[in-house]
Amino acid sequence: MAALSRETIANGVLALLLLVVPLLAAASGETFYITLATRIVILALAALGLNIALGLGGLVSFGHAAFFGLGGYVAGILATHAFNGEALLFGLPATTSMPVIWLVAVLLCGLVALPIGAISLRTSGVYFIMITLAFAQMIYYFAVSWPDYGGEDGLSLYVRNTFPGVNTAQPLPYFLICLAVLAAAACLFWLLRGSRFGAALEAARQNTTRLSAVGIAPFRIKLVAFVISAMVTGLAGALFADLNRFVSPSMLSWQMSGELIVLIILGGKGRLFGPIAGAMVYVLFEYALGGITERWQFFLGLVLLGVVLFARGGLLGLVAGRARHG
Amino acid sequence: MAEAILQLTDLRKNFGALKATDGVSLDLRAGEIHALIGPNGAGKSTLIHQISGSLTPDGGSIRFLGQDMAGLDMAVRARRGLGRSFQISSLAPEFTALRNVMLAVQARQGSSFRFFRSVGSDKSLTDPAMAMLARVGLENRASVPAAELSHGERRQLEVAIALALGPKAFLLDEPMAGLGPDGSKKLTGFLDALRHEAPILLVEHDMDAVFALADRISVLVYGRVIATGTVDEIRANPEVRRAYLGDTA
Repeated sequence: MAALSRETIANGVLALLLLVVPLLAAASGETFYITLATRIVILALAALGLNIALGLGGLVSFGHAAFFGLGGYVAGILATHAFNGEALLFGLPATTSMPVIWLVAVLLCGLVALPIGAISLRTSGVYFIMITLAFAQMIYYFAVSWPDYGGEDGLSLYVRNTFPGVNTAQPLPYFLICLAVLAAAACLFWLLRGSRFGAALEAARQNTTRLSAVGIAPFRIKLVAFVISAMVTGLAGALFADLNRFVSPSMLSWQMSGELIVLIILGGKGRLFGPIAGAMVYVLFEYALGGITERWQFFLGLVLLGVVLFARGGLLGLVAGRARHG
Repeated sequence: MAEAILQLTDLRKNFGALKATDGVSLDLRAGEIHALIGPNGAGKSTLIHQISGSLTPDGGSIRFLGQDMAGLDMAVRARRGLGRSFQISSLAPEFTALRNVMLAVQARQGSSFRFFRSVGSDKSLTDPAMAMLARVGLENRASVPAAELSHGERRQLEVAIALALGPKAFLLDEPMAGLGPDGSKKLTGFLDALRHEAPILLVEHDMDAVFALADRISVLVYGRVIATGTVDEIRANPEVRRAYLGDTA
């Protein structure tokens, strides 16, 4: 393509903002803004994961908080055991190394998503929404009622987990780690969308009968997408736990699932930078209006209403115009 | 007599008390166009749905290339070589015409579980897809989203997708529906040549097209085949005239 599309330019601006603002904040010693930016990046990553299922596959999962929370609990539980010098189940060693924690979180979320997806994907529409919600609620109540890891009160991490060669306790290095993970996930999303798998998945969203009629079974395509989607969201959960040095059942709650959907709708579903734009607006609203009124979500609701009524492509769609499939 | 590619034997499907398919037996032989006609509500679409796998018959059998198709879903049947077009266009509306056909090419080549290589630059997908669009005369509309194509163009695209699957038999459900006289005429010429690639089971309301194309015609009324024969036999059959064509035909 000779000229850059408006969406590419918009994406470039968002990426630049996401990198430059925290660097400026670091230079001027305003570490609070770095933490704010880290929150944006992690929520964007969680929503980007959901965007694979929801945006590309049209699978409105109302239970992705399950994976977000599971990822968080993996980080929390491994770190707690390591801190207390206790082994895990079957004598496996605990660890505070982020790469290992991420791997465990991603694999566990994939394993959990497989049966949830296999059962949920036998339904569609409202039933799919409800059944994914039901699974997430089961995991939520399990976490609430399991006293070993804090139950309802949640679980604190004494120190942030470690990353080889990086001082993660500092806000800026931790932000950069999260940003790198988000960038990698965005590459994954971009590659997936353009691949044969992505073509089949997007066709499944638009018309499952068409997909079947050419000989591709929609179920398996959707299931794989659901699992990949859960893994990415789970990874975000592990990062989120480390950001707050705290995990609680609220990460597993249905409000969290709803929040992830809101981020996508706000930013633009199926778009590479949709979740990023959505997370920026969401966190900035929370910060800017949250200081003035506890009812800041009322105003977010108004914006969401506007987007749903007048800008179906989300805020990015408003800037970049309709998505085209070359 | 050529062997049957597709063989339906005593097929039955009820919706409550309604016998939508009532003991239908018919076959599709290599190199022929077998037209299925009948008044509205005769059960033509129900029959097509059972053959393609979106409805499960209550009784009877469907054999395709010598194999029983019972219990196989639509995707498996398509992979075995059953290429169908839909009565009401069933496309991926946001995809361009080209990408709609590329999906079929991709399916024919095998795995859709390839996650990294971009399809847009994959000549093994774009070239055959473009060739199929050219065959139906849509090559200039390749980059238009299916939703923005005209009704006639969507019908052509349906046929291009079915072609791209390289099927062993075509199930075409009213491919002429909603086409103008010109469009019908062009498509008639096209289907005429297509029968040598794979036989066609053609459901069609356009009688001119049916009489011009069909090697054999089966007439379906209230879920039963009341007659099967050549064009002349069907035209002359008094029962068919009464039930369907009307005495003036």
